[in-house]
Amino acid sequence: MHLSETIISLAPWLVFAPLTGLLINLIFGRRFSEKTVGTVASLASGAAFVVSVLLAYSVAINHGEVMRWRLAEWIHIGTLNLDWTFRIDSLSTTMMLVVSGVGTLIHIYAIGYMHEDVRFKHQEGRFARFFIFLNLFIAAMMILVSGDSYLMLFVGWEGVGLCSFLLIGFWFEMDTLGRPSWANSDAGNKAFIANRIGDFGFLIAAFLMFWNFGSLQFDSVFAGANSLSAINSPLTVAITLFLLLGVAGKSAQIPLYVWLPDAMAGPTPVSALIHAATMVTAGVYLVARSAPIYATAPAAQYLVAMTGAITALFAATIAVGQYDIKKVLAYSTVSQLGFMVAAVGMGAYTAGMFHLITHAFFKALLFLSAGSVILGLERGHHHLARHYENPKGKKKEVKSHGHDEVFDPGDMRNMGGLRKTMPVTFWLYIVGTLALAGIFPFAGFWSKDEILLDASLHFTSIYWLLTVAAFFTAFYMGRQIWMVFFGESRTEAAAHAEESPKVMTLPLVVLATLSVIGGGLNLPFDGFHNLGHWLEHTLGEVESLPLDLTVAGVSTLLALTAIFISWLLYGRTPLQAGQPDPLKKPLGFLFTGMENKWFVDEGYFAVIITPFKKLSQFLADVVDWRFWHDFVHDTLIVGTYNWLSLIALDRYADQKGIDAFANWLGAATQWISENVRKVQNGFVRSYALAVMLGVVLILGYLIFK
Amino acid sequence: MVITNYYLPITQMVAMTSELLVFLVLSLVAIASALGMLFSRNTIYSALFLVLNFITVAVFYLMLGAPFIAMSQITVYAGAIMVLFLFVIMLLGAENLTSSPTQAMPWQKPLAFILALTLTVESVYLIFARAKLDTIITAPDAATNSMENLREMAMTLFDKFLLPFEITSILLLVAMVGAIVLAKKEKAGSKS
Amino acid sequence: MISVDYYLILSAILFTIGALGVLIRRNPLVIFMSIELMLNAANLAFVAFGRSWEIAKGEPFFNGQIFVFFVIAVAAAEVAVGLALIVEIFKTKKNINIDEMNSLKG
Repeated sequence: MHLSETIISLAPWLVFAPLTGLLINLIFGRRFSEKTVGTVASLASGAAFVVSVLLAYSVAINHGEVMRWRLAEWIHIGTLNLDWTFRIDSLSTTMMLVVSGVGTLIHIYAIGYMHEDVRFKHQEGRFARFFIFLNLFIAAMMILVSGDSYLMLFVGWEGVGLCSFLLIGFWFEMDTLGRPSWANSDAGNKAFIANRIGDFGFLIAAFLMFWNFGSLQFDSVFAGANSLSAINSPLTVAITLFLLLGVAGKSAQIPLYVWLPDAMAGPTPVSALIHAATMVTAGVYLVARSAPIYATAPAAQYLVAMTGAITALFAATIAVGQYDIKKVLAYSTVSQLGFMVAAVGMGAYTAGMFHLITHAFFKALLFLSAGSVILGLERGHHHLARHYENPKGKKKEVKSHGHDEVFDPGDMRNMGGLRKTMPVTFWLYIVGTLALAGIFPFAGFWSKDEILLDASLHFTSIYWLLTVAAFFTAFYMGRQIWMVFFGESRTEAAAHAEESPKVMTLPLVVLATLSVIGGGLNLPFDGFHNLGHWLEHTLGEVESLPLDLTVAGVSTLLALTAIFISWLLYGRTPLQAGQPDPLKKPLGFLFTGMENKWFVDEGYFAVIITPFKKLSQFLADVVDWRFWHDFVHDTLIVGTYNWLSLIALDRYADQKGIDAFANWLGAATQWISENVRKVQNGFVRSYALAVMLGVVLILGYLIFK
Repeated sequence: MVITNYYLPITQMVAMTSELLVFLVLSLVAIASALGMLFSRNTIYSALFLVLNFITVAVFYLMLGAPFIAMSQITVYAGAIMVLFLFVIMLLGAENLTSSPTQAMPWQKPLAFILALTLTVESVYLIFARAKLDTIITAPDAATNSMENLREMAMTLFDKFLLPFEITSILLLVAMVGAIVLAKKEKAGSKS
Repeated sequence: MISVDYYLILSAILFTIGALGVLIRRNPLVIFMSIELMLNAANLAFVAFGRSWEIAKGEPFFNGQIFVFFVIAVAAAEVAVGLALIVEIFKTKKNINIDEMNSLKG
């Protein structure tokens, strides 16, 4: 007990280690070399990982007992008492391990990646800024997963939203290819705005919780939810549905997923860390954490599951038609998130968390490998450019363009045959693909299979949706493999692609290993439900299902079939340069839809954004400018004032009124004086007469008094 | 005796009446002389009428028991001032002053008469109706006209009224100087 | 029985006549004489009042007479100066019609 108390007291270092790294880089970043900056950041993240391990250990030796560590008092108003408390239980430590572990590996990878990024123009402090943001992200994510109340969770929620914005729009003045453009900052805006809509849902749910349960602390809320006797009471349904809105925003479900593909504008490590492994899983974590509330509202649970399932299928279809290597992976992420959300929606929290973990491994692996591919192409492109510009070197006929023309290193149509030039990346990618496609015995197989199993037992429609989505998953990944690594190079750059340095490939090897053995976390055999038992302490009784060969067999068969079909289309006759996609003709308009992501963005623009802009323009031009400013202000107010002052007051009141009176006074005085002057006629006798008159009058007055 | 009984009141009445008669006659003389002064065409006649008026008023002073004032009235007023007047009248040859053919203010004369009449009426009314004056003026006795009385008056004059006396003397000096200055022949180049 | 108000009425009448003279006559000398008449009337009133006081109190009372004394003195001074002025005016204007002396008109 004493040991675990000591360990628990280390909990704040989850947050403060990355913050320390952040501060060091902030203050000294400009003076450090790139390597130093990256090392500092990675060490900070690694420290958080070490603390997570220790905390997990302490949970283990305490048999999963929930432990809390209060760091600071925060809000004490009336009946609301919210502190910054760290909640150390099996669920939060799981998340911590994933976030800090994968995060540290990505930090290391990023040291090598950022240097070679085509958009890195060696601006002073830019390199350090990236790592500052990365550390900030780790800190915020730690706050999210370690919070003991919905409020702390929300602080982290917002924090990772902010970091997402900062990191997506890291090259804010350029687009993905380095040209000056609004594209990247627009992508950041899109992410933030879509997240904000989700945050609104989260907040409404939090308000409802506070209003009805009097607290935002997890245990109080769960107790309150359980005390409501009715099943599907309007309150819990409302809370859970608003939480679902938050999940849809953060975890990129329908209808708020649109930001995630655009978020590929950020550097690849960002895509890997935030948009594959960690931030987007926050929504899944939220639902898992809110399990007691969802348990009281099965209707909402069904809705959550359906949302996840539909998203999974929808995104998978879009991924089939994408040409950008990262976009395929992005839609794949949305699809896999759909799997996770469906899982937790169905109540299979263990399955959902399991898939979260394995997905973190292989998706991060895939993203980082894709980054490696992109950089390899860039290296080939630069090599060509040097070659082309250097007259002394071997003059080769250059098939592709020189350095001036725009070359997209992420477009799969510019790739091909990379397995020869980038073998390490190739094998890593294969591992990731197999894991994602769910091929035995890779990690993805076990986790996906568990979800499908649970669905098949309880929700048949969801089972079918997810199965079809799994089919598409395998298909588009196969397509990607054949297009990128097999066949002949479609461009000169691809022909000259070079392998990435060890600083980039070593973390990938670690991830690949985890993708292979990760399945061991929760094997569906009695005695091997490790994760299930682990999470049981937090989530309550978990259904531990044994392996169902039917489900497993169907899914494996479908995956293999999909890969075979993709080989037929893309592998057997490799794509030539300039050749359209083989699916275009057979599928026709369906493929166009897939290519253009089913025109969802266009739809949003047409239905929401353009009318909104038109409305605001109307309000600004007509209501504000023409009405308020021109009419009310200028015509009415200023005009009235002018009329009042110039005409009413000046002309009438002042000139005709007061001036006339003043002039009349002068004239009257003049008239009086002229006439009174006549009294002074110079005749003494008249003066005497006046005196006499006065005397007579006075005497008269005395008489009559 | 019947005659005696009637005699005393009669004598009293006669005495009274004689006082009153004297007063009335003298008043008439005074008023007539004043009017004469007013309406005389000849300035000399006006002056002479005024002298008559002054003498009459002197008699009044005697009746009121102010012998010194009566005498000084005759000596100073009638004797000196009026003589001065006569000197100047004759000096200027103003005994026959031709009035200008056109009257400067024709409305003034009637108005002046009206005002004078009003003033008289008002004064009479005020004196008779408002002022409660009922002291009977009796004739002065021998004591009033004695030197003793005069000495007392002189004492009062030089005692209580010393300051006005001195100032009056200064006033007379000033008047003298002023008159001389005014009448002095102007030398060429001096004040206008 | 002569009451004091008889004297006062006489004084008033004389005064009025004097005032009338000032108003009507155009010869400045006559006007002057009218002023003297007015002063005289005032003197008469003074003495009459002094006498009435003396009778009412029973003991000698000289203030009325003394005042008249001063009035006479002042009148004398005034006449002297005034007549000198008139002489002066006559020297320049050769005419002593008072209506002609209106150069102070406003």
